[in-house]
Amino acid sequence: MDPALTGTPLSGATGTAQYSVRLDHVSKSFGRPGGGQAVLDDVSLTVAPGEFVCVLGASGCGKSTLLNLVAGLEQPTRGSIEVPGHRPALMFQEHALFPWLTAGRNIELALRLRGVRSAERRQGAERLLELVRLKGSYGRRVHELSGGMRQRVALARALAQESSVLLMDEPFAALDAITRDVLHEELSRIWAESPRSAGAADRPLSVMFVTHNVREAVRLAQRVVLLSSRPGRVVREWRIDLPQPRRIESAGVSALSIEITDQLRGEIRRHGQH
Amino acid sequence: MASTEVQQQSDMADLGAGLDALEDVPVRRAPLGRTLLAKALPPLTAVVLVLLAWQGVYAAHVKPAYLLPGPLDVWDSLHDQWLQGTIGAMIWTSLSRGILGFLISVLIGTPIGLLVARSRLVRAAIGPILSGLQSMPSVAWVPPAIIWFGLSNATIYAVVLLGAVPSIANGLVAGVDQVQPIYLRAGRTLGATGLRGVRHVLIPAALPGYLAGLKQAWAFAWRSLMAAELIASSPALGIGLGQALENARDQQDMPTVLATILLILFIGVCVELVVFSPLERHVLRSRGLLTDRR
Repeated sequence: MDPALTGTPLSGATGTAQYSVRLDHVSKSFGRPGGGQAVLDDVSLTVAPGEFVCVLGASGCGKSTLLNLVAGLEQPTRGSIEVPGHRPALMFQEHALFPWLTAGRNIELALRLRGVRSAERRQGAERLLELVRLKGSYGRRVHELSGGMRQRVALARALAQESSVLLMDEPFAALDAITRDVLHEELSRIWAESPRSAGAADRPLSVMFVTHNVREAVRLAQRVVLLSSRPGRVVREWRIDLPQPRRIESAGVSALSIEITDQLRGEIRRHGQH
Repeated sequence: MASTEVQQQSDMADLGAGLDALEDVPVRRAPLGRTLLAKALPPLTAVVLVLLAWQGVYAAHVKPAYLLPGPLDVWDSLHDQWLQGTIGAMIWTSLSRGILGFLISVLIGTPIGLLVARSRLVRAAIGPILSGLQSMPSVAWVPPAIIWFGLSNATIYAVVLLGAVPSIANGLVAGVDQVQPIYLRAGRTLGATGLRGVRHVLIPAALPGYLAGLKQAWAFAWRSLMAAELIASSPALGIGLGQALENARDQQDMPTVLATILLILFIGVCVELVVFSPLERHVLRSRGLLTDRR
């Protein structure tokens, strides 16, 4: 019953920026300093350049807080967070697209805020829409798009930031299973093509993807990190060596999902026994 | 290996295209002629019914004709003024004051509203005063304004501003308060912070509430203007609708009194129909907040 059953040691934890994201003994509590509610406790986690990491946990594990910390929207109570390079891009469970702008203009705003000249914005937005297979949707209003299309526009808007780190906070949780399959495929493709694709300039794209869906994590990630709940601690991690493209219903994904689910349930059960 | 990968990717792309096609619901809009008819017919019918009732009361001689003239007497008064060429100048005198006063109110009320909405200290300090000012009849400002500024345009504009500025500021505050926090978070992660956040996220997100404030501010500006013109009446100020109303009362000219009241009402309705209604509908429709009711 050793909770610190961590997997293979991580490469690239050296002094130079051999990582895209590094959390070093990060703790976060809300409320009064000292006496507040601990949400994250001593979390250390490194994401290598171009790596796809899924952070998995039940409710109350501080997944969203973790992403907010990395995104710089909140500050850690203790420990340090390093994200070399640009401000990370963040995608939410809600599409968070601005309803007063068309799909294309939402992307153009991200380009504009990054400092892209106005003459190049339209072309950039069209290219990103094509990347998420929404060619021809430039002028459509957000409310005219389906849930899956909105999340694809949101992905395109996040990619428009040209950050080498993409943070995703349960982005597909509100979608139906068929649409989610399609979006898993899109995300895998865009991530795999990232050094060449329109979004991420010449750097490979690192993804930190937070979810409570075990199969989703195994379907997408190179590495799955399991967090305990209240407070969130790293319990264990798995390297996923299954070849891509994976199918979520394949035997390999299922077998590993069962193993991880058992461990996750064990973590949740601990909260029922005092 | 590579070929199955390509196969799965194109299968998924087709699946995605199929889903998109299934989700697409064509938006139908009724033909323009029928929309106009459906919109114009009920209010026109109501106006005709009111005119008929008025004519009926007039014909029954409930009150003597010099106290309650009929619709035709009022129409004659309007027609006479039209022939004398005074109507246009009168309307323009009032309308130009109303528009200028409203625009100045926008310039003053908007930054006040932003400050109150975004700064807890400013809100605690002047928020209640703004709400109080909004419910205060701006006619009450006419006497002090006359004492300060005399019978001048400054008096009229002061009263208009005191009527309209609180509505604009409060409308913007309400609009900002209703902005979903997710938009602000999304804006911050995109790099829209500080003034850029206000310009690209906060103001557009608060636009529906802001517009409602502007609409109310116009109504308040117009009625404050009429009150000011009615009381602060002087030959030096030129003849607006309010002064015309006061002059007609002075001459016991009841048809002209009623004609002027109808003009004041007509201008108010026109500005609402021509400016604010279409603007509000456009904003709400483009955000999917307006569903066609039948």
